[in-house]
Amino acid sequence: MAVWYMLTLVGADKPGIVANITDALYKTDCNLGEASMNCLGDNFTIMVMVSSDKKSVDIEQAIQPICEKMSLRYHLDSIDGKLHNHHDADTIVTVSGADHAGIVAKVTTALFEAGLNIIDLSSEVAGTEEKPIYIMQIEGQAKKGLEPITEAIDAFKNENIDVRVKSIETLIG
Amino acid sequence: MAIKEILTYPDSRLKTISEPIDEFNDILRSAIQDLEDTMSQGPGAVGIAAPQIGHFIRAVIVDVSSKKKIKHHGHLVLVNPEITEWEGLKAGREGCLSVPDFTGNVVRAEKITLSAYDPLGEPLSFEMEGFEARAVQHEMDHLDGLLFLDRLVSRKKDLFQRKVYK
Repeated sequence: MAVWYMLTLVGADKPGIVANITDALYKTDCNLGEASMNCLGDNFTIMVMVSSDKKSVDIEQAIQPICEKMSLRYHLDSIDGKLHNHHDADTIVTVSGADHAGIVAKVTTALFEAGLNIIDLSSEVAGTEEKPIYIMQIEGQAKKGLEPITEAIDAFKNENIDVRVKSIETLIG
Repeated sequence: MAIKEILTYPDSRLKTISEPIDEFNDILRSAIQDLEDTMSQGPGAVGIAAPQIGHFIRAVIVDVSSKKKIKHHGHLVLVNPEITEWEGLKAGREGCLSVPDFTGNVVRAEKITLSAYDPLGEPLSFEMEGFEARAVQHEMDHLDGLLFLDRLVSRKKDLFQRKVYK
């Protein structure tokens, strides 16, 4: 019976990583589920759900030569697949400001206390080395409605961080 | 009166270009009743298009009146709808009865001028904006064999466009 694994790969970015890894998995009779690939800084990162009849050791054997050749580190965890169970975000929060320590901690703590369940978060350090700016987008479900979140972000007005919140009205047609 | 099965992607029939209505008869009104019955059973949909239930005719229903604080024209049955003018573009989140368990961002016109007919063949004309205009455009795409998947834009990059100034 097929079981699910989460394969995580990290390394310096270079062309061909996704193609090489997924080809090796395909040739080992693995089936891929959902995946998220990002470059964080100049680091390649991917998390991919892998379904297989094989044992984890067989999957590792398939990807190990590619990881060695492409200087990647990997991690393989057994997981529950649980596909077809997406939670739709109803709120989007964008955060921007001069980069300094503690932005993510302060904002996400305030949002958590205001009832936001984060579904998706991505952030970038943009600007320049001399003047870095931090930009973060968060999507989530406002379990207590929008009002407590709006109140929570008001507290950041004096912190030199711009935090904006708006609801996502998803159209189903 | 019948609740019909909703065709779901990747059913190739969803790519069919639907035929214009030239006779406003009981056959049309029966098909529209099927649409009404099926939409009323759907999970919170604000619109449905005839091809989604296998009637490949240019008819849609749109009703965004359940949404709070928006301008709308109530429950609309639109036959042979056509957008004659549009203005502005805006990204918004969409899902579809024909694409379960997925939502994505789509760019649509913010304001539209719409002409159509009612089920008795009487001409209709509307100025629409925002959520209602988006719903009409989403449903009208079905008549041309298009799904919102054909128009997806990035979820993450639509608010902050990367630009390097040199």
